[in-house]
Amino acid sequence: MKYLWGLIPLALFAALALLLNANLGRDTESMPSALVGRSVPAFDLPALASNRDSYDQEIFKGRWSLLNIWATWCPTCYVEHPYFIELARSGVAIVGVNYKDDDDKARRYLAELGNPYTEVVVDKQGNLALDLGVYGAPETFLVSPEGKILLRHAGEVNAHVWEEKFVPLMARYEAYHGGGEDTP
Amino acid sequence: MRVMISRSLASLLCALPLLVLAAIDVYEFDSPEQEARFRSLTQELRCPKCQNQSIADSDADISGDMRARTAQMIRDGHSDREVVDFFRERYGDFVSYRPPLAANTAVLWLGPGIVLLFGGLLIFRLMRRAARAADQDDDDLPPPETH
Repeated sequence: MKYLWGLIPLALFAALALLLNANLGRDTESMPSALVGRSVPAFDLPALASNRDSYDQEIFKGRWSLLNIWATWCPTCYVEHPYFIELARSGVAIVGVNYKDDDDKARRYLAELGNPYTEVVVDKQGNLALDLGVYGAPETFLVSPEGKILLRHAGEVNAHVWEEKFVPLMARYEAYHGGGEDTP
Repeated sequence: MRVMISRSLASLLCALPLLVLAAIDVYEFDSPEQEARFRSLTQELRCPKCQNQSIADSDADISGDMRARTAQMIRDGHSDREVVDFFRERYGDFVSYRPPLAANTAVLWLGPGIVLLFGGLLIFRLMRRAARAADQDDDDLPPPETH
């Protein structure tokens, strides 16, 4: 009995060590988005260059799409840009949200590097970004045909991320909803 | 009472960075009471980008946006709780320095109490044993456990 009591500090230490070790190396920068499962927040924002003046959340209805927060001041956006062009070529609809940027710079960026976006809305004040729980750029959201956010990815989207995170989720969602149910 | 002391201590500690901030962005409020609420709320909300500063102290762009939204919501007549819930809905529990008691935060809330309890129990037993050892010369006999 005496020895058991002596073991308590050791047991506590071991438990703490295990707990801390489990969290070691975990990416503390990436946070789960509280918005997953909800509809894209309502907005009414000007278009960067388009035949329409403004867009609202309805542009996400009717087809799978990505919502990509980008800006010319964001270095990682340049890195992921070529992959978005590739995705766009393969038929993925990407809605760009130009975040706290200069319109002319943004237009030049798309003219020089190519435009992977089906539409680009201008979020100069960052209000839509704030409603989305965005804390930087780039961030990419997967939006279902019903306009629901299924995934939030902070940082670069590349082939690896696309295959690992986005594709399986779409497949699972379609499998589930193909079975007769309509609402998520 | 304790909350009040720690609050006033916190506002004392945070007075300096706030004075610096006041020069950067100025929000107008209808009453001093609203301004006080703004101060305490911006200290209670955590910057999602820098992660170790409140939005009152942080220079990050997003913190500026969050301060502006907080000010706007206060002016619009929202309660403190509504403001915190607004950000919690978007950035998760992480955004508040006072996370709610839930399964994943239980260790945070109950852990210190449990450690204190065990530690106290341990010290109590050790002291009792020492007292008993001092009473009896015969150290070889195991102390009676049943009582």
